[in-house]
Amino acid sequence: MKLIFEKSCGGHRLDLLPPCDVPVKSYPDELLRKKTLLLPELSENEISRHYTKLAGRTFGVNDGCYPLGSCTMKYNPKVNETAAALPGFTKIHPLQPESSVQGCLHALKLAETLLCEITGMDRMTFQPAAGAHGEFTGLLLIKAYHEHRGDFGRRKIIVPDSAHGTNPASASMAGFTVVSIPSGPDGCVDLTALKEAVGEDTAGLMLTNPNTVGLFDKNILEITKIVHEAGGLNYYDGANLNAVVGIVRPGDMGFDVVHLNLHKTFSTPHGGGGPGSGPVGCKALLAEFLPGPTVEGDGPYRLETPEHSIGKVKAFYGNFLVVIRALAYILTLGREGIPDAARYAVLHANYMKAELSRDYDMACPGLCMHEFVMCLEELKKQTGVSALDIAKGLLDDGIHPPTMYFPLIVPEALMVEPTETESKETMDEVIRVFRKLKERAVREPEAMHELPLTAAVRRLDEVTAARHPKLKYEAETE
Amino acid sequence: MDLKELKYTKSHEWVKETDDGCLEIGLTDYAQKQLGDLVFVNLPMEGDEVAAGEPFADVESVKAVSDVYSPVTGVVDAVNEELLDAPELINESPYEAWLIRVKDAGEREELMTAKEYEDFVENEG
Repeated sequence: MKLIFEKSCGGHRLDLLPPCDVPVKSYPDELLRKKTLLLPELSENEISRHYTKLAGRTFGVNDGCYPLGSCTMKYNPKVNETAAALPGFTKIHPLQPESSVQGCLHALKLAETLLCEITGMDRMTFQPAAGAHGEFTGLLLIKAYHEHRGDFGRRKIIVPDSAHGTNPASASMAGFTVVSIPSGPDGCVDLTALKEAVGEDTAGLMLTNPNTVGLFDKNILEITKIVHEAGGLNYYDGANLNAVVGIVRPGDMGFDVVHLNLHKTFSTPHGGGGPGSGPVGCKALLAEFLPGPTVEGDGPYRLETPEHSIGKVKAFYGNFLVVIRALAYILTLGREGIPDAARYAVLHANYMKAELSRDYDMACPGLCMHEFVMCLEELKKQTGVSALDIAKGLLDDGIHPPTMYFPLIVPEALMVEPTETESKETMDEVIRVFRKLKERAVREPEAMHELPLTAAVRRLDEVTAARHPKLKYEAETE
Repeated sequence: MDLKELKYTKSHEWVKETDDGCLEIGLTDYAQKQLGDLVFVNLPMEGDEVAAGEPFADVESVKAVSDVYSPVTGVVDAVNEELLDAPELINESPYEAWLIRVKDAGEREELMTAKEYEDFVENEG
């Protein structure tokens, strides 16, 4: 399909401005643009059709099942949108006096209180705009904590090799050296390797639990203790919180700082439609370093910056309306509903895993948490059909592919996370399509490399896109 | 290039001793096939120190980023800057596309001969 610039026709305009009714002043001639501005010229009707067409070529949770492992693509309830659209939340300005936005501050404080209760933390900042931003912020807290005590030798962050790629990247961005430790075949931390890795230079450990293979690390208390005894702090990556939300708390597992992905666990929109929100919660010992301002008091509420704050990581209060959506979700589900969401997320993953185990190899047999990893190595050896081919095949049936080739410790991986918001009927349909693709892979493997046939685009040339990316429209003539 | 003259690591790098006593390090054909089409190469700077068994560079394919390990301890004498703009050279001619040249080589990992490496790859695959 054509870009909006390519659709442009000279003279098609959308002029809604009335004639100017004040004297016109011009800038000095040397400051004026000499060439015409290359903006697309289209009518309202043409623009509307262009974007409607674009929308038709995307795929979101509203279109179909989106079992993207490690991403928790759950349904975004419409009541969240209603709450976030309330004029009291939208018709405000971040620079308004505190006294005139007490309701908004109350909402922020309530969200903080509830999320701290859920995570077992003492304080929270809503500034980070997404998960990796939260990781970066949390690591700066750890750094500030050590340096404030005059301990400048703690430069290393320990990250298991099954971790999300953002963990080592964030640690590196925050100025730490990353120490990667091997995990067992089940993705769990190797205690011996951890004991060998910790020392006086350990700033902290970053971990997801359940881990990337979808298993709850049973040694978690031992793990966090080893790090604490070496003088380090424990960071919980909240990407997989949906499996345990409301049932166990990172704070009780021995973690000192945690980020949440409101756009995963707490049902706010995810991906391009976001924006995201990656609040960071911490134990009291880190509260004085949080980004400012935080909401203080029990009403009237005040905005204050903590004494030894690391500074702002984003303007004002983060993506405020996303926090409102998450708050609406928490209040809708309540104390009973939130752990239920986790239970159903785990039940759904185990149902799909058990059904698919009949046709596909699993990276780890047995029960899983909220997601599971299929290993298509054997299928590829026998038929030449890869995890990529199966993923592309799903598209023809209106199913978004699972996460592919992650975690890196599993070859030909497909990582499936159905979430609690899919019905049994939908999961059965996904299972049926997976089976159909497996049968076809055995019967006519060559045809599998051609899929998808009906999607908006077929196979993209990812290599050329990465080697020679076209990041903007280049006009043919000036 | 005569592959028999090269030495090999278990992490799929090749090592070539140059006439002036330096060591050139690159990725084997098996490594590039496993990685797939490379789209980005991150190399150290001239003068950087490398340590035996430690990563000194990373290569990125559409699928993943992978570390490249140094089989020796030493100092980077030269980097193959051509690869920065053309990472595909590693895919096209892996044994020509050296990544770095190391001087003052000290500690070395145990390296394999071409025959040993061939057997090693066969067992791994």
